[in-house]
Amino acid sequence: MSTTEEPQKLYVSREPVFPKRVSGTFRNLKWIILIVTLGIYYVTPWIRWDRGPNLPDQAVLLDLANRRFFFFWIEIWPHEFYFVAGLLIMAGLGLFLFTSALGRVWCGYACPQTVWTDLFFTVERWIEGDRNARLRLWRSDWDVRKLRLRVTKYAAWLAIAVATGGAWVFYFADAPTLLVDLVTGQAALVAYVTIGILTATTFVFGGFMREQICIYACPWPRIQAAMMDEDTITVAYRDWRGEPRGKGKRRREKAESAIATSYAAGPRVDGLEPGDTSSSRTGTDELGDCIDCMACVNVCPVGIDIRDGQQLECITCALCIDACDEIMDKIGKPRGLIDYMALTDEANERAGNPKKPVWKHVFRLRTIIYTALWSAVGIGLVVALFVRSDIDMTVAPVRNPQFVTLSDGSIRNTYDVRIRNMTHQPTDFEITLASDQPFEVELEGQQGNIVNVPADSTHLQRVYVIAPPGSEAADSNLTDFRFWVEDLSTTTRTHQDTTFFGRDLE
Amino acid sequence: MSEHKNEHPDEQKLLEGDPDTTGHVWDGIKEFNNPLPRWWLWTFYATIIWGIGYTVLYPAWPLVNGATPGLLGFSTRANVAEDIQRFEEMNADIRTRIADVELAAINPNDNPDLYNYAIQGGAAIFATWCSQCHGSGAAGVQASGYPNLLDDDWLWGGTVDEIYLTVAHGIRNEDDMNSRYSEMTAFDDILTDEEITAVVQYVRNISGQDHDGSVVDLGGQVFYDNCASCHMDDGSGDQFLGAPNLTDAIWLYGGSEEAIEHTVRYSRFGVMPPWSAEASDAGRLSEPEVRAVSVYVHSLGGGQ
Repeated sequence: MSTTEEPQKLYVSREPVFPKRVSGTFRNLKWIILIVTLGIYYVTPWIRWDRGPNLPDQAVLLDLANRRFFFFWIEIWPHEFYFVAGLLIMAGLGLFLFTSALGRVWCGYACPQTVWTDLFFTVERWIEGDRNARLRLWRSDWDVRKLRLRVTKYAAWLAIAVATGGAWVFYFADAPTLLVDLVTGQAALVAYVTIGILTATTFVFGGFMREQICIYACPWPRIQAAMMDEDTITVAYRDWRGEPRGKGKRRREKAESAIATSYAAGPRVDGLEPGDTSSSRTGTDELGDCIDCMACVNVCPVGIDIRDGQQLECITCALCIDACDEIMDKIGKPRGLIDYMALTDEANERAGNPKKPVWKHVFRLRTIIYTALWSAVGIGLVVALFVRSDIDMTVAPVRNPQFVTLSDGSIRNTYDVRIRNMTHQPTDFEITLASDQPFEVELEGQQGNIVNVPADSTHLQRVYVIAPPGSEAADSNLTDFRFWVEDLSTTTRTHQDTTFFGRDLE
Repeated sequence: MSEHKNEHPDEQKLLEGDPDTTGHVWDGIKEFNNPLPRWWLWTFYATIIWGIGYTVLYPAWPLVNGATPGLLGFSTRANVAEDIQRFEEMNADIRTRIADVELAAINPNDNPDLYNYAIQGGAAIFATWCSQCHGSGAAGVQASGYPNLLDDDWLWGGTVDEIYLTVAHGIRNEDDMNSRYSEMTAFDDILTDEEITAVVQYVRNISGQDHDGSVVDLGGQVFYDNCASCHMDDGSGDQFLGAPNLTDAIWLYGGSEEAIEHTVRYSRFGVMPPWSAEASDAGRLSEPEVRAVSVYVHSLGGGQ
């Protein structure tokens, strides 16, 4: 209980974190992910992809001005936005899947905040040295050396930040042209503003905010908590094995030397054989495997002690596992004092049962359902991608008024037919109609049934459908029929069903 | 190993009475002390400073007559006026061309850009000035005699040039000397009830509707004597006089016996204002606007 005399502090300053360099399995995995993800991010806009004349040759391009998204051989029009929606659903389900199976694995390995912070740490380490050197520098008074190191570090961070913001805008315009424009001051204001904002956020978030973003700003960790269950793999400390902790190495050495002495002294009075290294003999039975070396704490990028149990700050980056395994190797104890495990493992292992394999945690009904849903959306999108045609039509019946009576008594309905020519050449389209009624079709402003639509564009064609006087369609309320649009050069066809309003004589 | 040592470290802390709490207890539930980060506080102060700066630089505080103008002189009204100005400058060329070119040449094949502009602009003009009477879908209102502009029957002509004249000068108005003008006689005092009934049946006959055949011969004679001078011998009307075609399926005020009889007895006098500001002081539309809305109306399906 805190003291009542002294008013409690409502705010705390950030505790600076100086993570130590670490090597190991998970650190190597993180290096690979860092290089691959950053590589993809920075290189992608520069990949060229020939699409013929009049179309951009950038492999990945979000052309907002022309409402087109280019992704290698795929071209998405605004009406195909369901692809984007589908990808977002897949991303969501993918996060559900990974969170329920592997906990905050996104936070620990792939989140841009983590990846860029990791990169900033690396740069910091190069310039200012490892944990102890950085701590010393932080505590030391300002002098020329400190100033030089700080300026160098901030300059390097700023360079990374500018490159990050700069790479972003290349996704939205032809990258080589834009780079020249940016350098010569010719680019649009929005490009500079975007770069400026992203440079600032990268610099501040990666250099100064770091774990504060994950703890205070990001909603995702709080949502993830709802998706984890007792079988979710997360980073944890086997306290039943490690506790009570103690600087045991030295005491152990002492104990071993005592045993060595016992060999010389011959049979002991306590009846144990010389050379018995059991813990009861060496006097280390009071201590667990944790030697309290603080390696796990020193490498932690969010500045917590994993031995306190699961904490909301933990992004499960697994660097403490690498750090602890290294120590366990050194003191000759089995690895895995800090390890990936699930909540159910605790009771299980306390009861002395063997460790449950990770795959048994991962493959369970919940994750299988997520995988099935994720795959179903993915397969759906791939199928949609292959079955979609180069022409598309929408029909909007004009219902104000529902119909028009012509002077000879025939009934006319009007339809706004939008034809999308997604081929790369101007194309003649024939608009026809399938019905058992004696309908006539007329196109506003066109002779006959054929309309020419320029390459890569949409044409709005007003179409009149006329039912002769006395015909069934003219004198009944609703008649269904089908519009057909055919590309005359390739005979690709597409259709749309709609209805005809007649005079309701009832 | 003691039982206590096997407890989770957090639990240990709690058991040892170590946790940092605010001292607040509700029903035995203690509130942990989780102070906010200091930078959060600084961010809050920064938003206040930003807010003060914003109200100084931009219009903000309401006063009796308007608001404080702000040091930057920002005004959404001025921005809109600038936008309008810029649009008009952008469109000046196309508006000149629309005013100059022959109306019939504004079609999707000869001048697709002009046609597109006229249709889009015409639709907006129609919605603003014409839809009050003719309806937003241009289908008119039969009960009030506002013509349907979608069909193929035209009182004063359905070519784009005739439509232009109607829009520019209006119909039966006193504001424009060139407005279209004609007036049907009210036959209530001129014809007998029997003659009126007969001519109504005759008109229903020539328009192909149900009618009383026994009076059609008399009605034909009445029609020939009184109506044919404007509506023509065969009842097909005369667009020069704005005399409607009585033989088709389209009726300005309805084709029922009651509606036709009302027209014969008391006549009709539908009016339309002049829209061309050049032709009349009452006009509200510029020449390119009149031409654009004429092209738009012509494109609605009835244009000839």
